[in-house]
Formats: sequence, C-alpha cells, structure tokens
Amino acid sequence: MKFMAEPLLFSLIVGIAVGISAGYLGSIMVLEKMALVGDALSHVALPGLAIGILLHFNPFVGAFAFLFTSAVLIWYLGRVTKLSFETLVGAVFTLALAIGILLVPQPDLLEALFGDITKVGWIDALIAIVISIAVVALTRAIYRKIVLGLISEELAVSKGINVARTNLLYLLLVSLTVAIGLRITGTLLVGFLVVTPAAAARTISANLSKYFALSAIFGAISSISGILLSGYFNVLPGPLVVVSGVAIFAVVIVVRWRKKITS
Amino acid sequence: MVIDDYFLNVSDLSLEISNQKILENVSFTIKKGITLAIVGPNGAGKTTLFRALLGLIPYKGKIEWNGKVKVGYVPQILSVHDIPISVKEFLSFKDGSNISSALASVGLDSQTVLEKSLGALSGGQLRRVLIAWAIIDKPNVLLFDEPTSGVDLGGEEVIYGMLKRLTAENRITLLLISHDLHIVREYSDYVLALNKRVVFFGKSKDVMNPDTQKLIYGEPVCREYGEIHGGAVTI
Repeated sequence: MKFMAEPLLFSLIVGIAVGISAGYLGSIMVLEKMALVGDALSHVALPGLAIGILLHFNPFVGAFAFLFTSAVLIWYLGRVTKLSFETLVGAVFTLALAIGILLVPQPDLLEALFGDITKVGWIDALIAIVISIAVVALTRAIYRKIVLGLISEELAVSKGINVARTNLLYLLLVSLTVAIGLRITGTLLVGFLVVTPAAAARTISANLSKYFALSAIFGAISSISGILLSGYFNVLPGPLVVVSGVAIFAVVIVVRWRKKITS
Repeated sequence: MVIDDYFLNVSDLSLEISNQKILENVSFTIKKGITLAIVGPNGAGKTTLFRALLGLIPYKGKIEWNGKVKVGYVPQILSVHDIPISVKEFLSFKDGSNISSALASVGLDSQTVLEKSLGALSGGQLRRVLIAWAIIDKPNVLLFDEPTSGVDLGGEEVIYGMLKRLTAENRITLLLISHDLHIVREYSDYVLALNKRVVFFGKSKDVMNPDTQKLIYGEPVCREYGEIHGGAVTI
C-alpha cells in the first residue's frame, strides 16, 4: 500500500469528514448509553458489503441498505416489544456478522472487516463531505429534542416532541455515519468512531456546546493521526485510527486527573 | 354537577396500565387561579393523573379545560446528572430570550448559575431552575410533581412560598403533587386525595383534621364545601 499525494489528500478529506460527523453524532450515543449500539450495528453492514462485492456494485451502497433496513426494523421492534435498542441490536448483530463472513469473498474479507481508506477517490471524498454535512446539520436539528427526552421523556412529550420519530431519524443518521465510516475502519472497528471521541469529550465538558464540539474535533484528530501513521508504518489505517483515538482518551483522562489532584 | 365558571373539569376518568386499574371514575372540577394539592399513598395514581391531564396516556372519561390553556409541567424525576448541559442551554430549549428575568423571579443570580451544569446544582437550585423552566413561556396552568423533591427541610418552605407568589403574580392555576400535609395545608387552597379513586376533596385548611386524615386513608367522604355526586366532586 503506497501513499501518493492525491490519494492521501482524498483519504484525509474522508477521514476528517467521517471523524467530525461520527464524533458529533456519537456524543448523543454516549449520552443515550448506546455506545455499543453503534458498534453492534456496524456488523449488520457486513452482509450488505458482501452482496455488493458478489453482485459487482458499490459495496458501501449495499452496506448502507442493510444498515438502513436494520435501523428501521430495530426501531419498529422497539416500539412493538418495548425492548431497548441495545437488546434488539444485540439480538441481530452476531447473526449478521456470521452471514457476512460466510458471504464475503476471502480476498476482500480483510478490507471489509478493517477498511482501507487508501483506496478512496475524489468521488468518495465528495460523498463523505456531503453526508457529513447532512449528518451534522440533522443532528443539530434534533439534538435538543433528544437531550430533553433523555432528561425526561414526559417533559419532551409534554412539549409536543414526537420521541419515536426523533429516534427513527437518529437511527438513520447512525446508519449513514457507520456506512461512510466503514471506509476508514471497516466493520469491526467503526463503532470506535462514534464512541471514543465522545467519551473523551464527555469527561471534560460541562455544557453541550463544548461536548459536541470536542467530540467532533477528537473524531477528526483520531482519523487524521491514524491515516498519517498508517502511511508512515505502511499498515491498514483502521487500527491506527482506533489507537490514536484511545491515546486522546488516555491523555484527557490523565489531564483531568492531574487537574483534580492539583485543585 | 359542573359549575359554569370551571377551569378544569374531569369526569369519570378511568385508566389502566398493563391491565392494572390505576384510576377509577375520578371526577372533580376546579376554578381558575386556585392551587390544588393532590395527595395520596404511593401507587395512588397521582402522577398518572398528571400524565392523563397532559394527554400523554390514553384514558376513559372526560378531561375538559375551559378556555385557552397553556400548560407548564415539571416531572418529579429528571435525569440531569449524566448530561453535560448548562442552565442557560436547558432554559434556552424553551425560550432563550427571557432567561435572566425567569431566573431572577426564582431568586437566582444569572451570573452565578447560567453557565453551571444542571448536574452540579444543589437540590434547591435545581428546583428553582425547574420553576423558571416552567414559567418562562408564561403558562396559565402549572402541573408540578413533588416541587421539593431533593430539597432539604428548610428549603421546602422557601420553594413553596416562591411558587405561591409566582402563581399569584402571574395568575397561574397550580396543580401540585405532595406528600407533606403540613405544606399542603399552608400553601394550597384545595386538596384532592386519591387512592385510585377520589377519597377526599375539600379545603386545604381541613386537611390536618384527624377525621379528615382518617378519611383520606379510608372511605370516600362528603363535606360541606364539596358535594359528591356518584364519585364526582365540585368546588
């Protein structure tokens, strides 16, 4: 895997776009205590990737179709059965992972599982930018409703907020973010992108504005560091994006701890 | 019997959750501008009555508001400790233009609390912020579930005194749920005692009467200030 100037630029554009949108959206997932939902949901993308590869169309379109359908199904089952998102996602994701591994041709399996951002072109970069802007804009439009619902669902409903509809839109945004995140980290590690930057931001934020902004910034820094390091070490970027993000999380924890003992 | 100038009329309100009867044939009527305290043991249906009044859950029977109604609501349980949200952000969810005056009306200094996280507030400060939240968009009826939940004993009277002043100043009809009969006697006009059904409905000053208390936790009653018509009470 060799880095050239142009692919590196496209990789970085996709990485920054995905890092920002995943971090921004992930901040709500952490508040919702749905950190593992993004991780589990990402496995549902694998059969979609497999079908795309087997039928020779863009695998990420297949992944998004599977994610989208699963999100709607989970939302519907949640309303009917009153089970939590985590329970429902947990019930289907291992099956999806198993089917995906059986379907994905062996040579493509590594890339599907761990991603390879070095293969992205300008169209991918453009799509990532457009989707990220849409995800951030829509998240901004609904975050107040979601946060109010988290403080008290009754309070939200009494203000005329349709909690079920907001949750559906939110799940669709998660699907979109996971689908574009697959390019960087693959299905196994994409859950990281929506969890760790937000977890780091949560530990040092006293208000929502700072929390959302820091989540997005940490997401972008994780992606940039991981991609640049992968070029340097000539390895897949996904794992290094994760390592970079966890390093940020560790630094934040240490800084907070030092601040606490010195104050 | 429904009086002509009623503000809220509830008749034969019945409600089941998971096949369990929570409210049975609850009927009462109140006028505008009063403070009604709802009391009763745990599981009596007090919060469920609020949820029905807010239209949050399906019910049988009738709930009629007379005239234009703008309801403010503060639930008893709020999850604020896990969410990094400042007082300013919370209040701006409702009305960002009126925050300082709303905080001043509940005795809080904007400079001090505006940027504070909701989770970092004391119990008393949080309840004041919730009162500010409730009145910030000028409702004419306020439903308050346990206004002093999480507030120490000394702070309770201050909170209730503030609620009494604010509801009088802004001509707000206040319905509140409370467990404290002393507070109820002091700060409300009327009491509705529930135990799935209406077991007492009358003036708050009589709530400390041993006979009345026996009735609250016993059989339904008819008093001179209220009439009961097949479970319906009117004041």
